[in-house]
Amino acid sequence: MNKHIKVTGEKTDVSRRGFMIGSATGAGLIMGYAVLPNIMGASVAQAQDAGMFSPNIWVTVDGEGIATVHIVKAEMGQHVGTAMAQALAEELEVPWENVQIDYPDTAPQWGLFVTGGSWSINWTFDQMSRAGAAGRIALMEGAVKLWGVALADLRAEAGVVYHDKSKRKASYGELVAGGITPRNFTEAELKSITLKPAADRKIVGKPLQALDIPEKTRGAAGYGIDVVIDGMLVGTTVVPPVRYGATVKSVDDSAAKKVPGYVKSVIIKEPVNVTTGWVVAVADTYANALKAAKALKIDYDLGPNATASSDSIMKRAMELAADPKSGQLFVADGDAANAIAGAKTTVEASYTTGLNIHAPLEPMNATAELKDDVWHLYCGNQFQTLALGLLPVVLGVEKDQVVIHQQYLGGGFGRRLEADYLIVAALTAKDVGKPVKVIYSRESDTQMDFTRSITYQTVKAGVDAGGKIVGLEHDVVSAWATARQAPAFMADSVDKKGKVDSFSVNGSDFWYTVPNHRVRAIMNDHAQAASPSGALRSVAPGWTSWAVESLLDEVAHKTGQDPVQMRLGMLDGAGKNAGSGVTAGGAKRLANVLEMAAKKAGYGKTMPKGKGMGVSSVPSQERPTATWTACVAEVTVDASSGEFTVDKLTVAMDVGTAVNPDGVRSQIEGSVLWGLSLATKEQATMKDGGIEQDNFDTYTPLRMADMPELDITIHSPGSYPTGCGEPGVTAVAPAIANAIFNAVGARVRALPITADAVKAAMKA
Amino acid sequence: MHTLKINGKDLEVKVDHDTPLLWVIREVAGLTGTKFGCGKGLCGACTVHIDGKATRTCITPVGQAIDAEITTIEGLDPDGQHPVQKAWVEEQVPQCGYCQSGQIMQASSFLAENKNPSDSQIVDAMTGNLCRCMAYNRIKKAVRRASDEMKG
Repeated sequence: MNKHIKVTGEKTDVSRRGFMIGSATGAGLIMGYAVLPNIMGASVAQAQDAGMFSPNIWVTVDGEGIATVHIVKAEMGQHVGTAMAQALAEELEVPWENVQIDYPDTAPQWGLFVTGGSWSINWTFDQMSRAGAAGRIALMEGAVKLWGVALADLRAEAGVVYHDKSKRKASYGELVAGGITPRNFTEAELKSITLKPAADRKIVGKPLQALDIPEKTRGAAGYGIDVVIDGMLVGTTVVPPVRYGATVKSVDDSAAKKVPGYVKSVIIKEPVNVTTGWVVAVADTYANALKAAKALKIDYDLGPNATASSDSIMKRAMELAADPKSGQLFVADGDAANAIAGAKTTVEASYTTGLNIHAPLEPMNATAELKDDVWHLYCGNQFQTLALGLLPVVLGVEKDQVVIHQQYLGGGFGRRLEADYLIVAALTAKDVGKPVKVIYSRESDTQMDFTRSITYQTVKAGVDAGGKIVGLEHDVVSAWATARQAPAFMADSVDKKGKVDSFSVNGSDFWYTVPNHRVRAIMNDHAQAASPSGALRSVAPGWTSWAVESLLDEVAHKTGQDPVQMRLGMLDGAGKNAGSGVTAGGAKRLANVLEMAAKKAGYGKTMPKGKGMGVSSVPSQERPTATWTACVAEVTVDASSGEFTVDKLTVAMDVGTAVNPDGVRSQIEGSVLWGLSLATKEQATMKDGGIEQDNFDTYTPLRMADMPELDITIHSPGSYPTGCGEPGVTAVAPAIANAIFNAVGARVRALPITADAVKAAMKA
Repeated sequence: MHTLKINGKDLEVKVDHDTPLLWVIREVAGLTGTKFGCGKGLCGACTVHIDGKATRTCITPVGQAIDAEITTIEGLDPDGQHPVQKAWVEEQVPQCGYCQSGQIMQASSFLAENKNPSDSQIVDAMTGNLCRCMAYNRIKKAVRRASDEMKG
């Protein structure tokens, strides 16, 4: 075991501050740099003047040679800190046993805090590598000063600097203890550092054990819900029967007052409208808060969305799709309408997805404390930068009066990109004048989820006499999470008609060569108002791939082509699909994994009656950061009932470089089962403005008994790493639907896929 | 006033008899390795051993646990090296890890009763424990690995 490994997510009594500082001491060497723009607006000089850290610090080396890598990404199961530390340690030339990680509090010098989009490794690999290399160089420069020798004559290996000519050596610990002048590297200097060739790597590419796992087997990992502050109270949320738009008219807590430990109930009123009509029951413990919450009698004005339903949202989506004036263009290559009009064959279909709930197993919670005029928030969060923008507005304080102390996340999946639970905890603490931990009940957590939107898509393809798709029109109607949550992240539409939420249509800009291609992104205003949506693991490609990969299959069958061969023909890497930089190799890499998966699954072999295979190939998550992913699903369908089982999922994924191959495998396993769960198990519905499901008896994610055989191939050709947390999700649903078609000829076009829908489609 | 025996230690608690044992463990005993997931016995995150038997504490009134031996994840093994815990590290099971205390308590109770389980018995024993990260593939493998070690 790594005896020095210390993960500071380890549960600590928060009243003993400083546990996030890790091993940084006065004697420590601090260095690093940031590639990301410092969007918090603090300059390098300001950070230095603050006398806290030198700016942009990613690693601290102490007098014992222990390197602490500072991780600003949320740890929610992806073991991201381990992989980031591997990248840094590789170039720092420090033995892995001497590496530990911590998760700093928010502060301006860290730049953007966001964890999502399968971005983390893709965004930070170069940054972490160069931070490590810069550290190595600074330590070697220390030896230059010490010995009066030339830098070129030194080498560093496994935490020791050697001068071979004089047979001198010094460990990193000795060099740091002796005093190293901290120095910053200019961006040009950093860029000029030559990183190790892939073949020389000793730490990157190794399936090292994740640093956060041991404590997670001992009940010792510290999640937000475990935070304890001296003198704190505990609150729990009471939420209205409609998802959004209600207001509290009155609260009668006469019965709650009989609950021992009950303190008061707090009506949450906040100017950023993240919540509407919430009340927090506050007591000495959660057990008592929950009891009191159940005893509250609250009178609501249910607001404008009290008649909204899944049906009304879908109806509005269909109206919008039928209106040619709706929406903005996301893709506009050639003239799709004209190409389709002139095509020999036309294939058109509509695809839907239902409401889905994040339901991380740790219910939303945060602990808030005002101390010395600074608000301290303790929780696990994926988008601290967003929360840090909202909390000062909500609390009426300055930006520098809010700090978020990051904890482990008991699941994120996009839910913890939101700031609602920090806001609710902070306002409750402000009201009662004491530190408060607010924990949502499972019921509140489910019913107030920022759901995956109900989506409606129509896709129309024109096919020429040779079977080639010459034109494709795709309309995507959904709620727009970004428009609600972070409008600054919206992009200009290609038709310059306005802003477009690319996180509602990503994936529709596929890597297949289709000369005339038009994608229209349409915000469902009714869904937007009644069921505020969020980013749910895999985000838009979770529905756009569902439509595109299903439609391609329909085209293949209608035109007598093999679905794999047809896709391979379209993945020719022509023009914009050649790729460059991170995506160098482009569509050919997607073709490659499709062939890998098809071969591994034995695609094309004769299947017994009632069994079938289906494929998909997806470039999730976004074009600039594509992770090339293919899936073959094998299913058995009972033709009389429509009941089906998914027997096996074969997945091949090209991640560029698997920084930690076992971590990548773990993410693919989980994400593929997520895809299966969303495709077959998870369905929420809205009625009278409220989400009808409230716990795991009615909202039912996949269980172990539902797990099919998994066959996963990781392709790691050594190119720049891409993310692996989400792409697996997006590939599964269409592969299953395509397999069901191949098994019994039933085309299902709605997620989740039900036995009734399969049976109905067989008759169709 | 109730006296509970948690991880071999007596603990006097002043709570209503219907208070869920989960919250006594977490908020009174301060043992936060046992997790709150659903509050209705649907997910298994709150699983501990009561007299060796895997029990959902979110739906167990504290009054029902008087005079019983309560073991939480913190008390499963003094060094955190129970064969199930070791197997969980070897197989690199946890992702977010939030459900894993419950998974480990479920698996260790099951393996204490069933020395040589079939695959389907493992699934039957574990399928009530929800893992939202869906680390089921590794949970299953780790139960098998722990079973092999416990058989010697």
